[in-house]
Amino acid sequence: MIRQQANTQQASESVLSKSKLTLIVVQCIVACMISQSAILLWFGFSAQTSIIDSSVSISLLAIACYLIANNLQFYRPEKNGYLLMLLYCSILASLWLVVNNWTLDKLILNDPHYSEFLYNSLPIRFFIGLLMIGLMAMVSVVWYTQLDQKETEKRKLEAETLARDAELYNLRQQLQPHFLFNSLNSITALIGSRPEEARKMIHQLSDFLRGTLKKEDQQPVSLIDELEHLQLYLDIEKVRFGHRLSTEISYNEACKTKKLPPMLLQPIVENAIKFGLYDTTGVVTISIFGECDENELHITIQNPYDPDTTRPKHGTGFGLSGVKRRLHLLFGRTDLLETTSYSHIFTTIVKIPQI
Amino acid sequence: MRVILIDDEPLARSVVLEYLQNWPEIEVVQECNDGFEGVKAIAQHNPDLIFLDIQMPKINGFEMLELIEQPPSVIFTTAFDEYAIKAFEEHAVDYLLKPFTRERFDKAVQKWIDQQQKSEPKQNTKELLENLQSSSPKNDRVVVKTGNKIKIIPVSDILFLAADDDYVKIHTQEGSFLKNKTMAYFEKLLGEDNFVRVHRSYIVRINEITRIDPYEKDSHLAILKTGEKIPVSKTGYPKLRQVLGL
Repeated sequence: MIRQQANTQQASESVLSKSKLTLIVVQCIVACMISQSAILLWFGFSAQTSIIDSSVSISLLAIACYLIANNLQFYRPEKNGYLLMLLYCSILASLWLVVNNWTLDKLILNDPHYSEFLYNSLPIRFFIGLLMIGLMAMVSVVWYTQLDQKETEKRKLEAETLARDAELYNLRQQLQPHFLFNSLNSITALIGSRPEEARKMIHQLSDFLRGTLKKEDQQPVSLIDELEHLQLYLDIEKVRFGHRLSTEISYNEACKTKKLPPMLLQPIVENAIKFGLYDTTGVVTISIFGECDENELHITIQNPYDPDTTRPKHGTGFGLSGVKRRLHLLFGRTDLLETTSYSHIFTTIVKIPQI
Repeated sequence: MRVILIDDEPLARSVVLEYLQNWPEIEVVQECNDGFEGVKAIAQHNPDLIFLDIQMPKINGFEMLELIEQPPSVIFTTAFDEYAIKAFEEHAVDYLLKPFTRERFDKAVQKWIDQQQKSEPKQNTKELLENLQSSSPKNDRVVVKTGNKIKIIPVSDILFLAADDDYVKIHTQEGSFLKNKTMAYFEKLLGEDNFVRVHRSYIVRINEITRIDPYEKDSHLAILKTGEKIPVSKTGYPKLRQVLGL
């Protein structure tokens, strides 16, 4: 019985293949059965009685162990829940004892000596059963906690990789040919007629590109920094589209220093511009609003759209699904990005938990 | 010579205007902010040449050209468009990549003027459009003109298509619209996932079919949810059975 514990603990340290694990479990069960039969033979019972007794009680015990292990896969006790665990194990052990006793009583009839032994051995059987189930519970908790940790680590790693990809994607996006070449074309136009404005636009463009390059590390940035960066981008777009584009950026003073992952809003604003400017022909107002409470920063981005031309009902679109995925990997939640479209206004709300 | 500028960025148009000052024989009759204005202006002025941006609000430059019966010569002015550039190169239409120099601009205009004077066959804008569609990524909408209005039909709204002389009639819940394209063009555009060509003259949305009835000796009729009866040809029937998993 001690061997079973040793084997299972070993199994918890390395994630074994399923077939190997099954083999170990079967070996343990057989070993326990042989041990118990030997003990019973020692006590002077017939071979038949010994084998029936050990087979039944070890099989039932194995079922009880399986139950608790399975249970712990989905529910693990909180820090102070171990007393509850002990109670649960005791109940399971008692249950096992009752079923075991009843079955053995029915199976082995012709041995009055055995009936007496069965009755006398109840406390010992209970103790051993509790021990086994308790050990199984402990091993399972360790095993599954470890699996969970591995999962979390994997997710973290994936988040980092994705953030890097997103960064590259963002770089490509901001250096995206359309934006860059069209901006340069606007500068060409301004140089002849309004050189001062051309110079200003060159500065805006350089500041924007520099800001993009600076955000190489994935350290969270403050709301105010991110909004300033966005303002640069929007200012350049305003030069390009002239009177057609207007922007409103506002936030609660208290949220100025709240943090968010860098470059998170950029794809959303690009999306808003794309839907706003390319799917309607009138004047377009893009509004960005930041508010917060202690735990979360909420950023709302709104743009007009034309339901006849666009199809926002088809989910969030490429840019936004990337944002959603990034939020999921960073915070482990899928409810942080919301989009609604109502009466020609498309609204995107991002929630950023403050850690 | 009369030209129209179509670009949604005022500054981009001002560059062309500035460069055109070197060409006194060319008169800019109108500037347009988007494809809708473009369609109207071309119908009104019948220009010899248009400068056309591709990425524009609501309908892009190509979609705009599709709506014009006799497209004028076109010089495209665009920032970046991988797939389009390839098509431009294969056809004799010139294109200017923004930002472009005055020299490059003059060359394009001179090339066009030379073509006009040699009375060379006009740039085949129609052919270009056909070619563009076949090389472009899968489109999810069709732009049509009904009377003076321009209608954008999402592919998801199309129930079935019927050939109608040189046109294709697009049937939707809202009614039917004519488009000057071939069945082969639409077969390619719509793909095989949701549509099946059941007849030389018919393409049907698979989900719309509720029943198939036998009709004369070799043919069948597909009955749609809307009650329409679509002829299914001898060759169309096995295709239909296959997509329906019969």
